[in-house]
Amino acid sequence: MSITAPERTQTPEPASGATVELNGVVKSYGSTRALTGIDLAIAPGEFIALLGPSGCGKTTALRALSGLEQIDGGSIVIDGVNVESVPTNKRDIGMVFQSYSLFPHMTVLENVEFGLRMRRVAKADRRSRAGDALEMVGLGEHGDRFAHQLSGGQQQRVALARALVTRPRVLLLDEPLSALDAKVRVQLREEIRRITTDLGITTVFVTHDQEEALAVADRVAVMRAGRIEQIGTPEQLYATPVNTFVADFVGLTSRVPAEVVDGAVLVHGTRLPLLGETQPDGPVLAYIRPEDVAIASPGDAGAIEASVVSSSFLGSLRRTVFALTDGSLISVQHAVEEHPEVGAQAWLRLKASAVAASPRR
Amino acid sequence: MTRPSTTRPDTSVAVRMGTEPSRLVRWVILGVVGLVFSIPIVAMVVFSFRDGLGGGYTLAHWTGLFDEDAARTYRNLFTGIGNSLLLAVVTVGIVLLVLLPTMILVHLQFPRLRRTLEFICIIPITVPAIVLVVGLAPVYSVVVKVAGGSVWTLAFAYGITVLPYAYRAIQSNLDAVDVVTLSEAGRTLSANWGQTLWFVLLPNLKRGVLAASFISVAVVLGEFTIASLLNRTNLQTALLQVSQSDPYVAVIFALLALAFAFILLLSIGRIGRTRTGSSS
Repeated sequence: MSITAPERTQTPEPASGATVELNGVVKSYGSTRALTGIDLAIAPGEFIALLGPSGCGKTTALRALSGLEQIDGGSIVIDGVNVESVPTNKRDIGMVFQSYSLFPHMTVLENVEFGLRMRRVAKADRRSRAGDALEMVGLGEHGDRFAHQLSGGQQQRVALARALVTRPRVLLLDEPLSALDAKVRVQLREEIRRITTDLGITTVFVTHDQEEALAVADRVAVMRAGRIEQIGTPEQLYATPVNTFVADFVGLTSRVPAEVVDGAVLVHGTRLPLLGETQPDGPVLAYIRPEDVAIASPGDAGAIEASVVSSSFLGSLRRTVFALTDGSLISVQHAVEEHPEVGAQAWLRLKASAVAASPRR
Repeated sequence: MTRPSTTRPDTSVAVRMGTEPSRLVRWVILGVVGLVFSIPIVAMVVFSFRDGLGGGYTLAHWTGLFDEDAARTYRNLFTGIGNSLLLAVVTVGIVLLVLLPTMILVHLQFPRLRRTLEFICIIPITVPAIVLVVGLAPVYSVVVKVAGGSVWTLAFAYGITVLPYAYRAIQSNLDAVDVVTLSEAGRTLSANWGQTLWFVLLPNLKRGVLAASFISVAVVLGEFTIASLLNRTNLQTALLQVSQSDPYVAVIFALLALAFAFILLLSIGRIGRTRTGSSS
């Protein structure tokens, strides 16, 4: 089996990805519990993102999957086989690391060949396969360079080619984009998505960047304190977060003091449906997304008084932060034609989307 | 460790403005340091050509080395040289086979032991050789029983005396390379521990390993106290002995030892520089 340069016109090879299951995986460092029972089932060829703040255990989960970290409980099953006693080098995985991990004493081509060399693939064969893998990431011309002669983005591309050249069953990406600048990051994440789809490889992508996770993954697992809080498609997470942590983490949500009255949330006089479980009446913080707020005219029904705090131009839209009369801040996404002046008085209208809320002391 | 500048256009050499000494200052520093080092060496060279106290010059001391009876006269010296070279090889062996794997293991698997290891490795520099011998003498009575009385056993003691130097050389290289990520990358690419060590880590630790080896050789070739007090013959004890009967020959051999060390240094620098692109 060899890697084919996936031009868009080519029919992708049949899915070669493996099923991956994490069952109640537990991992502790001393008295700190890094993973407190992770359950995750990944379908062949699926692209899963593990999303969460730093220290939530997402990287530990990935390293446990790779075998670089031993687990204290539970099981990890790849293609139906419990891999607990299988060392990293026999797990048939590919991994791209957060820090640049190219071997500095080898050329780019030698780096990509390394995995094949360790698997005793004949020299001519591995040359051509490594060349193909480099073509795949668009660096076919750079085979004779050394790592320090490449940019950060190029180094991570080579690392991706190196991880994929052996056609592993699972690809693990440990924040591979976090050291890169914004533009390269977006470009490369699209490319990673394209390549993994074309190869049909099961991929686990660890990131703390919610935008990145929502943009590329089939499903996103939001993690906190060693647990998976919610797993679902990006749309599910965004529309129906199961709790305030997820709501807060997925999207640029504003927290506004509100009341729960008869199962609905009353925000500055506007009744909004409540997301998730019903809550007893009482004061709450409502989580309101920037696209669920619109700029209104003074006379509109339900218009909420506010003043402009700051406004930023984001190309196709504008995001403005308003202060409400109770002092809380709310960010609003609106058309670029509207130019709120900082300090000016304004009126806002809440769209009738369901919101998450958490009890307020 | 700094990356040597290459001729490739896309590598720029960072120069911090204002910290670079002027050309004149550089030459003055080089000149003064050069004089300090070269005066004793030049004096030795001149001395080796002196014809007694008469003031004339002669080649006799140098040609005398190749006389038929020289081998007999200086037999002890040649034994000393042979012993020192053997000791150097065994000591480097100890550094490479015991210290290096230990350090890599501690760095990768037991980072909490790093301070302890450093402390242990630095201790020998705080103990004067003469004190070390006092402790080693009874130990060696056991060593002789177990491993015999041949000269190479002295390398056990030398393995301890070179620890601080070898440790620093290897540690600075370990710190300069992201050993953890490189080894993890190696293992995810199907390399077992041995292959990771051989194909991934050692090539990147080449400079540190070579520096540690060289400094070990230099320390062993210059060692006198332990060999003398434990009644072994090495280059330095033999040189002292010869100098009492023939100071010229002692100086000549001291010069040759210096030249040897110099050549060693140059060749190690050369090896370290192969494949410019590979340095870290």
